[in-house]
Amino acid sequence: MNGPQDLGGQMGFGPVAPETDEPYFHAAWERRALGVTLTAGAMGAWTIDESRHARESLHPADYYSSSYYQIWIKALEVLLKRHGFVTERDLVAGKAVDPAATPKRVLKAADVPAVLAKGGPCDRPVATPARFRAGDRVRTKNFNPTGHTRLPRYARGRNGTVEAVRDGFVFPDSNAHGRGENPQWVYTVVFDGVEIWGEGADPTLSVSIDAWESYLEPA
Amino acid sequence: MSHDHDHDNELDPFAARVRALETILTQKGLIDPAAIDVIVDTYETKIGPRNGARVVAKAWSDPAYAEWLKRDATAAIESLSYTGRQGEHMQAVFNTEDTHNLVVCTLCSCYPWSVLGLPPVWYKAPPYRSRAVIDPRGVLEEFGLTLPGTKKIRVWDSTAELRYLVVPMRPKGTEGWSEEQLAGLVSRDAMIGTAVAKEPA
Repeated sequence: MNGPQDLGGQMGFGPVAPETDEPYFHAAWERRALGVTLTAGAMGAWTIDESRHARESLHPADYYSSSYYQIWIKALEVLLKRHGFVTERDLVAGKAVDPAATPKRVLKAADVPAVLAKGGPCDRPVATPARFRAGDRVRTKNFNPTGHTRLPRYARGRNGTVEAVRDGFVFPDSNAHGRGENPQWVYTVVFDGVEIWGEGADPTLSVSIDAWESYLEPA
Repeated sequence: MSHDHDHDNELDPFAARVRALETILTQKGLIDPAAIDVIVDTYETKIGPRNGARVVAKAWSDPAYAEWLKRDATAAIESLSYTGRQGEHMQAVFNTEDTHNLVVCTLCSCYPWSVLGLPPVWYKAPPYRSRAVIDPRGVLEEFGLTLPGTKKIRVWDSTAELRYLVVPMRPKGTEGWSEEQLAGLVSRDAMIGTAVAKEPA
């Protein structure tokens, strides 16, 4: 979706303002926000793609005025309600009022190191051979899907070159909506800065994205 | 001063919201608060950019390792026991005399946690995510890094599940240094691409 998350090339947000010796957390609640998000995700009710889509589905004004951990928590509340773990009555009361759906699993402290070390690999076998090879010229799709996609607006309808054929990966555009993993080949596609930004672009710039096969057509 | 300790009587509204959510989920038996403690401890004290710095130092010291890192970063990094969440699929990109690499995630906050730890706030915020792909030189200036006008800039937008680690160029005057000494020259920002390796003192 053309949501607030799709930031590449937008203007007006001001300087980057890196913080010297930045701590990992800026408030105690951020620690809990990280942990609640990861432990709730470990219940196995939704995928990383669904959670990304919940975050980018916040109202743009809300998204831009929230810190990243605030975005995580606001989206987490949506996911927990959608999947029957939490109700609005629970949230208003600030305590458990209604019964919850049964999770696939509950992450216990003793299992955390192994679970974090394992991560969540999302490479998958793809039945068909890769359509493109390194060096092929390709054109990205021009589309504006209302659901989740990982093709940023700035890279749509652009000519580029396949630099690397990666593995097959879960296709987020369907997986985010519970429509299956439908793995596809992923390619690193590189574009000249001028192809993307046109007049006035930095001539020394090139930008690459990692693109699922269905985002690409032969150029 | 950061204000990072609890005051039960004066929780700001968002702190109260997070606490309520943790309480509800705990009361329903859906999460284990002790698991949260372990997660926080892991990312606050165990996993951070020292991991990535050791990968870079090894690549600088051992050409065979550098070649492996270039070809199969996931396996080469795993051989140093840096594995796990948000590092499942790794790609190392090497700065050269000709090209400087810069990593961003314009769509969210994708970042190689296994080698760099949790991302800094600026990496996740709109100014960096919006401008890194269109005005990388301007962004680098804000980090105090001015690149020669002839240097090519390659920006890697992490739009899929590959996570990128920039391998900066080894500074001159470090011949014979141990890996441990070399790792001390490699900052988090140098492995994102918003800095270069430190010069030897």
